[in-house]
Amino acid sequence: MNFADIQQQARQEWDALQHGEWPVVAIGTATCGRSAGALAVVKAFEKELAEKDVKASVVEVGCIGPCYAEPLVNITKPGKATVAYKNVTAQMVSEIVDSYLQGDDPLPQYTLGTFGDGKIKGIPRILDTPSFKPQERRVFRNCGVIDPTNINHYIANEGYLGLSKALQMTQQEVVEEMKKSGLRGRGGGGFPAGRKWEAGLNAKSDQKYVVCNADEGDPGAFMDRAVIEGDPHSVLEGMIIAGYTIGADTGYIYVRAEYPLAIRRLERAIKQAHEKGFLGKNILGTDFCFDIKIFPGAGAFVCGESTALTLSIEGKRGMPRVAPRPRTTEKGLHDKPTLLNNVKTFSSAPMIITRGAEWFASIGTEKSTGTAIFALTGKVNNCGLIEVPMGITLREIIYDIGGGIADGGKFKAVQTGGPSGGCLPESLLDTPIDYDSLGAAGSIMGSGGMVVMDESTCMVDVARYFLDFTEIESCGQCVPCRLGTKQLLDILKDICAGKGKKQDIDLMIELSHSIHGGSVCGLGQTAANPVLTTIRYFRDEFEAHINDKRCPAKVCKSLISFRILEDKCKGCTLCAKSCPVSAISGEKKQVHVIDQRLCVQCGVCMEKCPKKFSAVECVSPKIPVKEPMEVVA
Amino acid sequence: MSKVTFTIDGLQIEADAGMTVLEAALANGIYIPNLCNHPDLEPAGLCRVCVVKQDDWKIVISCKLPVKEGMVISTEDPEVQQIRKSNVELLIANHPMTCLTCAADSECELQKVGQFVGVTQESLNRYRRDIRTTPKDTSNPFFIIDHAKCIMCGICVRTCDELQNINAIDYAKRGVQSLISTLGNKPIAESRCESCGECVVRCPVGALTMKNTLKPMREVQSICSYCGVGCGIYLGVRGNSVVSVRGDKDNPVNKGSLCVKGRFGYKFINHPERLTTPLIKKNGELEEATWDEALDLIADKFASSKKEKFAALASARITNEDNYLIQKFTRAVMGTNSIDHCARL
Repeated sequence: MNFADIQQQARQEWDALQHGEWPVVAIGTATCGRSAGALAVVKAFEKELAEKDVKASVVEVGCIGPCYAEPLVNITKPGKATVAYKNVTAQMVSEIVDSYLQGDDPLPQYTLGTFGDGKIKGIPRILDTPSFKPQERRVFRNCGVIDPTNINHYIANEGYLGLSKALQMTQQEVVEEMKKSGLRGRGGGGFPAGRKWEAGLNAKSDQKYVVCNADEGDPGAFMDRAVIEGDPHSVLEGMIIAGYTIGADTGYIYVRAEYPLAIRRLERAIKQAHEKGFLGKNILGTDFCFDIKIFPGAGAFVCGESTALTLSIEGKRGMPRVAPRPRTTEKGLHDKPTLLNNVKTFSSAPMIITRGAEWFASIGTEKSTGTAIFALTGKVNNCGLIEVPMGITLREIIYDIGGGIADGGKFKAVQTGGPSGGCLPESLLDTPIDYDSLGAAGSIMGSGGMVVMDESTCMVDVARYFLDFTEIESCGQCVPCRLGTKQLLDILKDICAGKGKKQDIDLMIELSHSIHGGSVCGLGQTAANPVLTTIRYFRDEFEAHINDKRCPAKVCKSLISFRILEDKCKGCTLCAKSCPVSAISGEKKQVHVIDQRLCVQCGVCMEKCPKKFSAVECVSPKIPVKEPMEVVA
Repeated sequence: MSKVTFTIDGLQIEADAGMTVLEAALANGIYIPNLCNHPDLEPAGLCRVCVVKQDDWKIVISCKLPVKEGMVISTEDPEVQQIRKSNVELLIANHPMTCLTCAADSECELQKVGQFVGVTQESLNRYRRDIRTTPKDTSNPFFIIDHAKCIMCGICVRTCDELQNINAIDYAKRGVQSLISTLGNKPIAESRCESCGECVVRCPVGALTMKNTLKPMREVQSICSYCGVGCGIYLGVRGNSVVSVRGDKDNPVNKGSLCVKGRFGYKFINHPERLTTPLIKKNGELEEATWDEALDLIADKFASSKKEKFAALASARITNEDNYLIQKFTRAVMGTNSIDHCARL
């Protein structure tokens, strides 16, 4: 079958679903949706529809984005806009079926908004809301829209069109298109993808490889998983185009073993692509042959580094190769030229070929084109995966898309780029998001983690948290990373424990520069970023910890005390009853007292004290512990 | 071989093309501090102590940097000094301060590098000290592994891999927990280690040390008596006893390498049960004899045992030339083809 026939068949199936007589119930069942209970919602819909004999197509789709609203269900009735329901529970399903599928009341109180043409009374259009307006879903174009297990859905939405176009271009033409697009590696490094592809094409060898890095290891980053689970064929198509471009016949997807659903989706997608002739021998009737294998990673963060990753595929210990060394495009997997890109980079390639480099570069900044994906989390109202044009400011992301700081708190810092990123303060909120601006501010684009912190966050504690991660995940081969991160962590732990020394800040700065300049790979070279940026922008907090033994955010347990305010305590006994170490004493209706010698600073008393009393106060520095009075005989 | 000219700290250096900057510097009498480098092994670039600045902008490790015509290398750039000082201080801050009782004392590369970069008590006092508490592995009869002193330079791993092709040890675990380990972290005696001790002699610190050896008062050049390879050795002597053996680096046969027997099996030399004179059996009892008596007896017996009465079994412990002579003697003098060799059995 030629591509036009494949496409037509796929479109028929897609149109029958989208424009048929039945309403479509699309439920987000990626891992994120599943952990929020989406599978129970699917079951509830199937049961309700069967019992009530309502005709509707239930489709499981990928991640739709707004994690705070999971599980999400999109219902499209023929000729009407799509209604997105948020936080759907199995109990709500019966109500939705009765009111909207059988009746005409869309239950606006349960909805997030509407998508597509047409208005529905009482429900805002999602793309008009501040949370979605600045977003531009390109890599996520199919996530939450198509059934990822159905290749026809993908084909009907411009899928494999890029491949069929690329196969009619010369390899050099594909490279030129990639270069013109300005696409930069989405794994975090930001190396121009077109130049990497060109190097892969120019490398001389009888055997070349394409490797997709899906070893997403940053805590809190899960966009690669969302792309694979929601649109696996886009990644395969990008890899096949890359294989054609550089002249490779084998591709590997190095994917975390902790992503079982993503692996299952990929396995199925590879099988389907074989059946349609997009993979295997003589792809779409050409001489080009290409196959893709899945390699589950064993869970080492450092294996996300390209040279460690290829060694891991070879069955060796995943340790980055030491520079000076040849580039991976010259000597990579099995010492053969290897083109290694991130999931999102490969997923972007088909769009660039299908719609052209100019279209791709039409958004973003001059040096960082296209979109960036972030896992927005922390103290914001709307957490989730967002895709925004490069160049948008941190402020727009946090206050428009994120809906501002949660619980009416005050913004303090935003951490970008995962554990190796930096913490940026309020004064840098107008920094545009692109590789170079973030780098200049001391942070990195990284994998796209974005943690928003409010006044209740201790910056020393934050630096300690991230160093705790890098210290464990260092591969251990080079001295600055292995021992430097440990030294930084030990110092930070001491500062949090009130044992900081005057010269610690200078020592940490000195060590951070040495670790940056001396480490073998990117993990070590960026490991000190959280320390350097927190010192640069929040030095006063470090000094308060060290000099005054005071934690301004009142987080570090060794530097805080709880006490009961005499004028406010009504003696309700709630705090005393809930204290896990029985440190609180006092009669009913009498003022209670915390014994500082016994208190473990768990804060339960403060939580339990009724809001109307607010009699428990947290103070820093610590209240000195009084020695028991000597009893004079 | 073509020559390359480049500059180190303003000094013009000539080096063979293909050399690394570190090799070229050391060959020209310029010391660049280094820990994980060893001339017998491929450079690893892990200690990050040999960093230099190339062409006034790039920080790079000299042990893996090939020399290039016209390149300008600085070893004393402030950034370079800071990086290597931090690295050495970090290593020492995590190293036991037991130099006086350490077998590697005065030969320790960490001491040498520490003194070179100027580590002082004051600068060390700024650091949090932490010494690994992994127990020593004393399972091997000839050497001790002390993980607390290990600086993870990987010289032992590369020796076992590149020179010996045994691969008994490798890196295990991650981060600060990482250590040099056998398969399954079993005691070294239960691993595939052949106890050649090549790693022990290359360990730059006291992490791998020999058991029961004393420093010799003098050395005697000799040839190992164990097999026909004929490795060159230096026997370390104290009084009239052999207390150590080391390989002769200048010997073309072994270039300094030794096997477990040659390196550790020298105790027989001073063993009280060692035969020091020939013994001749008289009336059913072995009695001491002179060499003349013994050789006369052998000559008599050989003379009366020619042809089919005679057979010879040659040994792998003697040289090829000696083995050739035995078979020639057996065939030409004794008139029989009954000659065999222990290596065939």
